[in-house]
Amino acid sequence: MQIGYYPGCALHGSSNDYERSVRVCLGRLGMELRELDDWVCCGATAAHSLNAKLATALPARNLAIAERDGIDQMLAPCPMCSMELIKAGQALAASDALRREMSEIVEQKVSGATGVLNLIQVFQQIGLERIQKAVVQPLSQTKAACYYGCLLVRPPEQLRFDDCENPTSMETIIKALGAEAIDWNYKTECCGAGMTMCNEDTVLDLAHKILTDVAAHGANCVVVACPMCHVNLDMKQADVERRYGVTHRMPIYYLSDLVGMAMGASGAEMGVDRHYVVA
Amino acid sequence: MRIGVFTCWCGENIARHVDCQKVAEAIRNLLGVHCSVDYKYMCSDPGQSMIREQIRNGKLTGLVVAACSPHMHLKTFRKAAEAEGLNPYMVEMANVREHCAWVHHDREAATAKAIDIIRMAVAKVQQNRPLAAIRVPVTKRAMVIGGGVAGIQAALDIADAGFEVVLVERDPSIGGKMAGLSETFPTLDCSQCILTPRMVDVGQHPRIKLHTYSEVEAVNGYVGNFKVTVRKKARYVDITKCNGCGDCWNKCPQKKNLSEFDFGMGKRTAIYVPFPQAVPARPVIDREACTMLLKGKCGICAKKCTRGAINFEDQDQLITEDVGAIVAATGYKLCDIGKDEGRYKGYGEYGFGRYADVIDGLQFERIVSASGPTGGEIKRPSDGKTPKSVVFICCVGSRDDAKGCGYCSKICCMYVAKHTMLYKHKVHDGQAHVFYMDIRAGGKNYEEFVRRAIEQDGAEYHRGRVSRITEHNGQLIVRGVDTLVGEAMTIEADLVVLATAMRPADGVESLAQKLNIGYDEYGFLSESHPKLRPVETNTAGVLVCGACQAPKDIPESVAQASAAAAKVMMLFARDELTREPEVAEVNEQTCAACFSCVRGCPYKAIDEADITDRQGRLIKRTARVNPGLCMGCGTCVAICPSKSVDLAGFTEQQVYAMVESLV
Repeated sequence: MQIGYYPGCALHGSSNDYERSVRVCLGRLGMELRELDDWVCCGATAAHSLNAKLATALPARNLAIAERDGIDQMLAPCPMCSMELIKAGQALAASDALRREMSEIVEQKVSGATGVLNLIQVFQQIGLERIQKAVVQPLSQTKAACYYGCLLVRPPEQLRFDDCENPTSMETIIKALGAEAIDWNYKTECCGAGMTMCNEDTVLDLAHKILTDVAAHGANCVVVACPMCHVNLDMKQADVERRYGVTHRMPIYYLSDLVGMAMGASGAEMGVDRHYVVA
Repeated sequence: MRIGVFTCWCGENIARHVDCQKVAEAIRNLLGVHCSVDYKYMCSDPGQSMIREQIRNGKLTGLVVAACSPHMHLKTFRKAAEAEGLNPYMVEMANVREHCAWVHHDREAATAKAIDIIRMAVAKVQQNRPLAAIRVPVTKRAMVIGGGVAGIQAALDIADAGFEVVLVERDPSIGGKMAGLSETFPTLDCSQCILTPRMVDVGQHPRIKLHTYSEVEAVNGYVGNFKVTVRKKARYVDITKCNGCGDCWNKCPQKKNLSEFDFGMGKRTAIYVPFPQAVPARPVIDREACTMLLKGKCGICAKKCTRGAINFEDQDQLITEDVGAIVAATGYKLCDIGKDEGRYKGYGEYGFGRYADVIDGLQFERIVSASGPTGGEIKRPSDGKTPKSVVFICCVGSRDDAKGCGYCSKICCMYVAKHTMLYKHKVHDGQAHVFYMDIRAGGKNYEEFVRRAIEQDGAEYHRGRVSRITEHNGQLIVRGVDTLVGEAMTIEADLVVLATAMRPADGVESLAQKLNIGYDEYGFLSESHPKLRPVETNTAGVLVCGACQAPKDIPESVAQASAAAAKVMMLFARDELTREPEVAEVNEQTCAACFSCVRGCPYKAIDEADITDRQGRLIKRTARVNPGLCMGCGTCVAICPSKSVDLAGFTEQQVYAMVESLV
């Protein structure tokens, strides 16, 4: 099985541990990733806050490349990227005028027909049964708090994925690995995201709340499917502990880490050894 | 033919964009037109007098009134014609208001179009034949579907007027939602105290036949002559033998079934009466919970019963009831957030179904009710603690197009105010908080009631929405905003009550299809006219009342039920009914018996019939229209491949004549 792959900036930069994890994990499940040729930035917050046309044109270029290369489905492991790509794709599909305008700007024909998936959806497509069969080391000691953050499920009108106020799709996968998925309060609260660069106080406050609630509900790790969430909960955890004078010591895993390890991969293989909080 | 054409100005409505005088002049020259006049209000008394005078003096044989939609005034003009001895079906209307004046601005073009419309009507009326109203007999017996307060009221009213009533109720007892309420607004009188006497009246009424634990399976026939098939679900208890002593349910070992009557707040046995005042006060066995029925083990109830009333071999029974009118009073349910399908799935942020102490309004009714699982003591479901802080959230699912229903559920503002009062009256040191969007308290003594909740009983009202409910160490943390203060706020609550949207009861759509009546996008049954025909439906003889039509409180449901009963009595006041004769007719000589029309008819008004000779030998088969059922829609006319069906008053010849008049 082959699927298109749009890494986005994070997975080639600060969160290359996530890319490694995704590649190893999906590889073991027989899913080959075909990276999009000559991809550009998805625009992220910067583009859609400043220039609507740019915010559509950047993802449109990526979608145009996918169409040119015959990629009809594409994984974008970063929720920001997948949201921007889906949003642009829907806008393109809905408007003939926009399709014409964007095709001119990106100098390639683009229709917006490419399907864009987040990591959870790729696992869903592979199928729970197949994942369950591949499990060789059930994660019976793991009590995971699945953390979705904001963009994995929002805006619901565009993403049409899971219940945006109480999503449960990640839990289903975690349970298939033999792990326990605990019920907790802040599944879809904001982690502070990009505020980490300009307003660290906010991020530390939010991360502290999330980590405290996770522990209060008896989890021994957090599972994420977003590079930004990982940065704020993992890399910043030491700062949170210092600021609030507490010890969280809460390991933060990517969803693919747990799937991979349940299939027998070592932590080092999945890139878990590169996380800040040591399990 | 001597045709009179009467063009109405409708005040300014038509005259503003159509030159009525010019129209009248143009029409005057048409072949067959004897006179053509215009007047400011044709529907007025002088207008009608003028028409009658023209019929009389001009010996008119056909009439065209160019005015508004025939829905408005066709009857008026037909009556005027009839008074002058002209067959009423020789009157046609040309709609130059809705179809012309209201939708055009160019006066000249609109005038030309009005002339064309009238020309078509003149061409049509030339082909009209006098028709006579169809007479059908009436079975003076009514069926009421649903035994809540609306159904009870309708049944009693009709029965008290001297007619027989068949009351069909899905649950084991009548009483509906009202039987489970604690107190009622705005008087705080006990709901059961006012309802149960009415329930007893129904149970003892000599003219009311009660089918509980029964559902309508099929409806055939037409106004005055319905045949309704009712499924009497297997009760496993012979209610003619049972005396309701209670030996069976007191000894039933299966005690852990969630009580439907308590909305899951309490438990019941497998053989049970839903509540002590049930009518009939006879038990029923839940076939999903009884181990005897599931596994063939137990049978304690049968051993304990001294009357031999338990029958594990009981089967569903289908019975047929002949009735002349049907009242649908199937009521409502509360939106089951998180469990309902499609558009109602939202509100995961409130944790309904996940947190035991987040409940809905009807569940709260049961825990404040003296007949409820806590005996009227307010205890929260999770640990039985008396809640010291309760948050009520209004408009959960209502007035929310994005996640719920667009409409206002209408009763919630009032019952939330009532809940805060009942709570304060029982938990004196407790604090009630209400998050609301607007307080809608229109009704007699309603606003005063809400003020009492706030001013005397100290409920704290916050105008704003709740964004999330979380749980921390058994405490619910409610995060919301008070938009009047302009601040986000967090309240630690022991119990949260969601005023969830009112939705029509389950299965209402399939009942509507059986009754051949309409329903809106939410499943509420459609009345025939929102203002002037509020309890009639588009199927003659089928009436609606109560919350199955729209969200309603008790006074309104009862008023509407009495209105529906009055309509039934009107119907039963006559020995036969007249129906419009504009129905389809099959030419049985040319009918090829393909029965496409039988399949196409939306009203099931066409049957397959045999034509036999005197010895009873089959000559040919044919389709035959039941004029009692036919609504004159013309679908069969369009379907028939051999052109053997025609619609009286709207024949194909007439349509051709209309088209020809234009080209």
